[in-house]
Amino acid sequence: MKDVKVCVLRIEGTNCEDEMAEAFNMVGANAEKVHLKQLIGKAPEELVRDLEDYDILALPGGFSAGDYVRAGAIFAARIKASLGPQLKRFVEEGKPVLGVCNGFQILVELGLLPAFEMTMTPEPDAALYTNDSARFECRPTLLRNDNKGKCIFTKDVAPKEVLMIPSAHGEGKLMSMDPDFVQKLEDNDQIVFRYVGPDGLPAEYPWNPNGSPSDIAGICNPAGNVMGMMPHPERVMTRFTHPDWTRGYTSQDGDGKVIFTSVMKQFLK
Amino acid sequence: MAVIEIRIELKKGVADPEGMNTKKTLESLGFEGIENVRTIKMFEVTLDMPADKAKETGEEMCKKLLANPVIQNFSINVR
Repeated sequence: MKDVKVCVLRIEGTNCEDEMAEAFNMVGANAEKVHLKQLIGKAPEELVRDLEDYDILALPGGFSAGDYVRAGAIFAARIKASLGPQLKRFVEEGKPVLGVCNGFQILVELGLLPAFEMTMTPEPDAALYTNDSARFECRPTLLRNDNKGKCIFTKDVAPKEVLMIPSAHGEGKLMSMDPDFVQKLEDNDQIVFRYVGPDGLPAEYPWNPNGSPSDIAGICNPAGNVMGMMPHPERVMTRFTHPDWTRGYTSQDGDGKVIFTSVMKQFLK
Repeated sequence: MAVIEIRIELKKGVADPEGMNTKKTLESLGFEGIENVRTIKMFEVTLDMPADKAKETGEEMCKKLLANPVIQNFSINVR
């Protein structure tokens, strides 16, 4: 396999960059944790990096810039101001972009998701807003793969397969004022994951931790190479972080790993 | 010099879980007759420019960072 370089992008307040980089390294990638300042030349010469040199961009979870203004808004505005055209080119070249938790919030604030009309909308087309419970919700959640084949992050996940991937967020309710929003996502095959209950039926609270319409947990862009999801696949790479690992869970891998192996397949040619 | 107050509030019809939760807690403390509680965010920005230009600048600030047009409205008051 060729050397697949992953840029795990962070600013102050990002706090899941270690796990995210490790997750990519576990599936054979070469991940590097990169501060935004390194990509825009505001770093010592030996630390300066170019987004173009990377094959995958990952926006990890955390509380970037303290979640001030709105979750992800400040990180998104800084990227837009300093890296907008390069990022747009990165996406248009079909390179994979993954946003988890705060990373999903950043992708929505950036206008890279849902991005119905263009690669990157000048204003956000959706919002990830405060959970219905008005609390930080942190627990295992069950995600059903509802994508019909467009998303490059779920190529190795069987249709309707359910994965146990934990959630940990305060603002995860996907919102739009467009009454046809969910239908549009559905028509474009942009819905990737839905929360389900243990019986496989539509999730009610607490299985849907945030009140997202139609139980949406993750979406991709119309091209399928940008995916954002609230739950954390990088936290379940091995069986040891599965809640049932001592109670009959037999697989050696955690349920999150398949997302990383799926995207790495793009480079196995 | 102009000081602008930027008020960010949720659009009508957008649920306000923080407001509802606050209402419930105020009621549990014994406050009676609470019809509704809404959360509103306010920024005060001091600008070195005339008042009309300041308002325009404030609007740009809202569009580019301070408000998400999907769920929030903003209004600007020049002091």
